[in-house]
Amino acid sequence: MAETGILSALGAVIRRDLLLAMRRKSDVLTTLFFFVIVVSLFPLGIGPEMGMLRQIAPGVLWVAALLASMLSLPRLFAADHADGTLEQMALSAVPLGVLVTGKIVAHWLVSGLPLALLAPVLGLQFDLPADALGVMVLALLIGTPVLSLIGAVGAGLTLGVRGGGVLVSLLVLPLYVPALIFGAGAVESHISGLGATAHLSLLAAFLALAAFFGPWATTVALRIALE
Amino acid sequence: MLEASNLECVRGEKSLFRGLSFRLAAGACLMVQGANGSGKTSLLRMLCGLSPPAQGEIRWKGEPIRRLAEDYRGELLYCGHAGAVKDELTALENARISATLAGAPVDEEAARAALRQLGLKGREDLPARVLSAGQKRRVALTRLLLEKRRLWVLDEPLTALDKAAVANLCGVIDAHLAGGGMAVLTSHQDLPLAGRVEHLRLD
Amino acid sequence: MSNGIINWFKFSSPQTFYPLAGKMIPWFWALTAIFGVAGLTIGFFVAPTDAQQGEGYRIIFVHVPASWMSMFIYLVMAFWAALGLGFNTRLSGMMASALAPTGALMAFLSLWTGALWGKPMWGTWWVWDARLTSELILFFLYLGFIALQSAIDDARRADKAGAVLALVGVINIPIIYFSVKWWNTLHQGASVSLTKSPSMAQTMLWGMLLMALAFWMYSIAVSLTRVRAIILERERHAGWVEELPELKS
Repeated sequence: MAETGILSALGAVIRRDLLLAMRRKSDVLTTLFFFVIVVSLFPLGIGPEMGMLRQIAPGVLWVAALLASMLSLPRLFAADHADGTLEQMALSAVPLGVLVTGKIVAHWLVSGLPLALLAPVLGLQFDLPADALGVMVLALLIGTPVLSLIGAVGAGLTLGVRGGGVLVSLLVLPLYVPALIFGAGAVESHISGLGATAHLSLLAAFLALAAFFGPWATTVALRIALE
Repeated sequence: MLEASNLECVRGEKSLFRGLSFRLAAGACLMVQGANGSGKTSLLRMLCGLSPPAQGEIRWKGEPIRRLAEDYRGELLYCGHAGAVKDELTALENARISATLAGAPVDEEAARAALRQLGLKGREDLPARVLSAGQKRRVALTRLLLEKRRLWVLDEPLTALDKAAVANLCGVIDAHLAGGGMAVLTSHQDLPLAGRVEHLRLD
Repeated sequence: MSNGIINWFKFSSPQTFYPLAGKMIPWFWALTAIFGVAGLTIGFFVAPTDAQQGEGYRIIFVHVPASWMSMFIYLVMAFWAALGLGFNTRLSGMMASALAPTGALMAFLSLWTGALWGKPMWGTWWVWDARLTSELILFFLYLGFIALQSAIDDARRADKAGAVLALVGVINIPIIYFSVKWWNTLHQGASVSLTKSPSMAQTMLWGMLLMALAFWMYSIAVSLTRVRAIILERERHAGWVEELPELKS
């Protein structure tokens, strides 16, 4: 398989999944609304004291982002599995890992990226200063791909399994811990004046590792699910 | 070319078949027959390399397909029960995208021609959601025309097709076999093929 | 050399492993009892009372070995999982699933004894100490593994899926541990370490070591018993199982 063929297949998968997402907008919007609602509920549960809200904002936004991306995971492969597309992908002359990578990228574009872009608006509810909002967006931009990458492994493992939707959260949430710690920590340490560089670098390193192992593990998981 | 030796298939705790061997040469067609649950689909999935046999080995041009991986898949076309047709996409988009995913991109003209040949003229730009089951099946079968593969593995390709479409499909398969291609298929209906058809009974 | 290889593959078949495991189990139980009695004697009667922590510290003779085992078992589980995935040996997957409940038990024991120790030491049942938090996440990983395996009906698929999860987990555990530690130092939480008691007397170390050995032997004995049960369940239609004397009655 020539390199250009692989790249064009990668692009084709991403375009296809984006096209499908465009024609099923409600799926994408549900995830986004879920994110907004969860974040907005916290002040109601905790009280409107601004000092407190500022302090919990990074953690709340990150946990909500984890849950929102979790919500979209079962759909990542389920539709393709049900209509036979996944079998065709597994039998393609293009390595399955490439196609899976494309699907993960598309998943991030429709579920991770919007969260990162929406975060500043929600951060305003929590009275975060402008520069902290910037760090927040940056951290989410680096961190949400990790969620898609690790989540894809969980989605592949639970494909077609009884209660897969709930199970995937049990499998994947503990693995998200480093992303949560580095991501929320970046904003916190920026606010406290320590600077966010260290956290962001560690988050980026975690992303590199996830990008290396994630598609591979997902591919193995999907082949197992298809047997 | 395609060679299976001593295959065994186990589903759950039941052994569906064992000691199954056959050899398929260029231009030959193998018709797999058997009752429901006799392991026809399992055998076909095994031949594609989707599920490994419990025993035995499948070879393509003398090499085990496990080792060939993508090289084998590049010569293989599998059409399963599920047609891999997306309701949200139009017939044309479905045809082009599945060809691209298989690693054999085609231009729009080729895809339209294939759809026309299978009797979908005028339906090319309708979303698959509004097509009938038979029409969706035809969309799935355009892959036969678009991807140039040596070995076709077709699981119940006639499902939901009308008489005209069956005749049409037989013509396509005959042309494929005449050109030195190979086919393994299952069908509950009679498939009036012109060429020589070997039969394999599972039960 | 070649002899060794043949032997290993011979024992990797459930049929030969089943009776072998049956013969080994009583020995491991005996070792568990010996090490356990020795360790507890040292822990409760020989080891001196801690100057700062009084008698309460003695729970570390259970807590620390349990924590060690919980981590070690995950590694062993991942090792078997990788072996099963790589060489497609049936026994490896069975070993991995036999180890998981014991690992989860150890993690739970470690958390529980940690809480019991925390109450008199820090006046609270739970502190977000780096070790305890990592242990909690490890416990979640075990639960995820067990839940995944029990949700999949087909035993072979369950083995393989579990193997992928265990491998992803084993890559992730050091990162999780590091990140939790980093988070902990940043937040200046209670960073009293359970094992870094001010004066770790020689006898205490011995007690802990003996207890660790006891836990180790116990884990092996229990896992072997469980693996025998799994073999029987999965191979119940195989001829050799029906020939077993203990099943003919």
